[in-house]
Amino acid sequence: MSILDSKAPAGPLAEKWSKHKASIKVVSPANKRKLDVIVVGTGLAGASAAASLGELGYNVKAFCYQDSPRRAHSIAAQGGINAAKNYQNDNDSIYRLFYDTIKGGDYRARESNVYRLAEVSPLIIDQCVAQGVPFAREYGGSLSNRSFGGVLVSRTFYARGQTGQQLLLGAYSALNRQINAGTVEMHNRTEMLDLVVVDGKARGIIARDMITGEIQKHGAHAVCMCTGGYGNVFFLSTNAMGCSGSVAAQIYRRGAYMSNPAFVQIHPTCIPVHGSQQSKLTLMSESLRNDGRVWVPKKKEDAVKLQKGEISANDIKDEDRDFYLERRYPSYGNLVPRDVASRAAKERCDAGFGVNAEGKAVFLDFKYAIDRLGRDTIEKRYGNLFQMYEKITDVDPYSNPMQIYPAIHYTMGGTWVDYNLMTTIPGLYSLGEANFSDHGANRLGASALMQGLADGYFVLPYTIGDYLADEIMVPKIETTLPEFAEAEKSVTDRLSQLFNANGSEPVDYFHKKLGMIMWDHVGMSRNEAGLKTAVSEIRALRDEYYTNVRIPGELDNLNPELEKAVRVADSFDIAELMALDALARNESCGGHFREESATEEGEAKRNDEIGCYASAWEYKGAGQEPVMHKEELVFENVKLVQRSYK
Amino acid sequence: MADKILNKLYIKIWRQKNSKSQGAFETYELENVSQGSSFLEMLDILNDQLIREGNDPVAFDHDCREGICGMCSLYINGEAHGPDTEITTCQLHMRKFNEGETITIEPWRAGAFPVIKDLIVNRNAFEEIQQAGGYVSVGTGGVPDGNAIPIGQDDAEEAMDAAACIGCGACVATCKNSSAMLFVSAKVSQFAKLPQGKVEGKRRAKAMVSKMDELGFGGCTNTGACEIACPKAISISNIARLNREYLCAKLAD
Repeated sequence: MSILDSKAPAGPLAEKWSKHKASIKVVSPANKRKLDVIVVGTGLAGASAAASLGELGYNVKAFCYQDSPRRAHSIAAQGGINAAKNYQNDNDSIYRLFYDTIKGGDYRARESNVYRLAEVSPLIIDQCVAQGVPFAREYGGSLSNRSFGGVLVSRTFYARGQTGQQLLLGAYSALNRQINAGTVEMHNRTEMLDLVVVDGKARGIIARDMITGEIQKHGAHAVCMCTGGYGNVFFLSTNAMGCSGSVAAQIYRRGAYMSNPAFVQIHPTCIPVHGSQQSKLTLMSESLRNDGRVWVPKKKEDAVKLQKGEISANDIKDEDRDFYLERRYPSYGNLVPRDVASRAAKERCDAGFGVNAEGKAVFLDFKYAIDRLGRDTIEKRYGNLFQMYEKITDVDPYSNPMQIYPAIHYTMGGTWVDYNLMTTIPGLYSLGEANFSDHGANRLGASALMQGLADGYFVLPYTIGDYLADEIMVPKIETTLPEFAEAEKSVTDRLSQLFNANGSEPVDYFHKKLGMIMWDHVGMSRNEAGLKTAVSEIRALRDEYYTNVRIPGELDNLNPELEKAVRVADSFDIAELMALDALARNESCGGHFREESATEEGEAKRNDEIGCYASAWEYKGAGQEPVMHKEELVFENVKLVQRSYK
Repeated sequence: MADKILNKLYIKIWRQKNSKSQGAFETYELENVSQGSSFLEMLDILNDQLIREGNDPVAFDHDCREGICGMCSLYINGEAHGPDTEITTCQLHMRKFNEGETITIEPWRAGAFPVIKDLIVNRNAFEEIQQAGGYVSVGTGGVPDGNAIPIGQDDAEEAMDAAACIGCGACVATCKNSSAMLFVSAKVSQFAKLPQGKVEGKRRAKAMVSKMDELGFGGCTNTGACEIACPKAISISNIARLNREYLCAKLAD
């Protein structure tokens, strides 16, 4: 028996969640008033959780590092949110959404959690509509749907290309209502720097007021991490600058296991890198693949001319274009899942068919859709994305195909949680992208929003009661406890250590170097030698970081360089785990492609003999090798087959 | 096509240590900036230079760097979000600037948005306005099916036009009266166009306007400057709708 107990309920799949809900404890309204809950992060998971817990009557303290909860990176999600509503009468169902998610994740997620996600998905749409989220509508007034990669039905709800924004504003409005009602105390511009564990239970956090530099102690009966992913370990990603995995590293060092850190999603449709001054990559929504066709030239000489700028895309005739996704995957075509589309783009570019000066771009062409549907329709569907593309690249995508290339986008890995979303530290929960639970080795498009809101609105508010019911006799957590002083000292020591290094290189210098190591060795294609190199290079760079980083300004004033310095220090710990996890998993699955495990055609080859597990990494102290535990994944309802989108 | 390099730029920036100290402009010379770089990447380069010289880098707000989070908030050469239309500062690119140009960068200037440091201002006033009534009073769970109430496509589209506001504050910074009417009207309009929001429409309009007035934002004199500065092209017709909602609410009192 593994030390990891998933607490997945027994019984038929479709009854697990109802049975579980019926069996877990409930806290009375009178007792909820006596219980404090901390929520860190205010994206979809955090805002929805904080609002829902506040409504239930708990005393909630919510934290975000931005100046408003509305700015969390969920805001940037473009394409949509999945839900098994079957409004299109296209034979969608909870089971089909569950199955698509398990298959899309390449059979590396926990069945029970995924089924629950599919089961609550219709409720999310109802909730958002009730909040006044302006989803796209048909003329008759009903909700519109579109299709997304990796599925054969239309179940994606959307609000133009700003679905994440609208859903987050919905959750933010629910949160504001609770702030106004006094059930949620909001702490903006306040960044968590450590977790406080008392007698083995999560009892609070240490945070820094980013304006004054004051170090604060906050106690609570339970703590919820809704802190998103760790994509910015790569420096260049589609994530916001703050998506560093800092909190994931903090709680990992306090005893929360980190699961499947190697599972990173590389999104196929991002604007290519323009040069060394770049700080961020911009995503072009996957929804574009509904109407755009991906291609590179058939002839190498055309590619070379494109690279030299001698010809443009429109000079190449239709018969000389290689629509490689349609060629390789006739049944899914341009709508293959993200990992498949990304690797296919890399394959063409590595073979010399890239279409920009660096040879690292492919075309996403709307000419055919405009011919078929008219420019107005395309503008209505994707107008804001086209405008964004034009502003960034100075090229009009209505008359020229977009240039796109894969980029780091989402992290399926995250803190290990059980069925209740509790981590290996009692009283510490992890929600949304921050946990590992639902997407396996690859996330389907429009499922991140679904998971964040499912966890926050409809899962945690139930499951947290089961834990807090046993805490009703515990008085308010006093921050005068020695564990708070210890954690505070550990934070101030760490800040001083970084601040006093007084080295010669700014934080970004190290962050960019770390990003290069990760992209080269822990990116789209991985092998044993490269991963071993990555581990040693990450460790060496981390050692150099602590002695040679230069942080200007003051500790007790607003200091963005200091904030970055802490996040990057934490990113090193996550980066190390990512490389170790990728090394340990000697199979290809989803976004994790091991060159040692491929078919003759170059497709990923999963190996269920060795890979049917979720890893869970335990911290053993600074300078010590972390230890990997395994949660064996048991599939009672789906048959494991090699994914095929041909 | 390779981007051109700007060999030299003069960056004239508002420096202010904290909310209590007095600020002043300082000018820095900057070399080798690619025109393909974003405006914030240009500031990254400046900060790298300042740190290496042992100086305090310029503090500015930013996060998503793709024009949607609403964090970035710079007044560039006298324009909110700089010399381009329908974009935020983070989407502004250096190809909009010329060789040898002096670029002037200031924080949002408004009484209700006090400067915290350098280019960072305090926009908590926007939070307070939203908390006063920027929501539909519906709890989690127990709501009807999403398709239970049909909403005409035109109404949904108009609601979406208003809901596109990112809360950056460019409208306030641009307005000579520092009015927040465009911001408030966007939220009020979104809900006014939807059946779910209509129920408490009167209460919402009164609560949000009253909070806005209390926080020291100026009145609207219909100059329309806000609409031009808005990175999301929120229309001032929303202000007309807010005025109507507010008037009706007051008349019903």
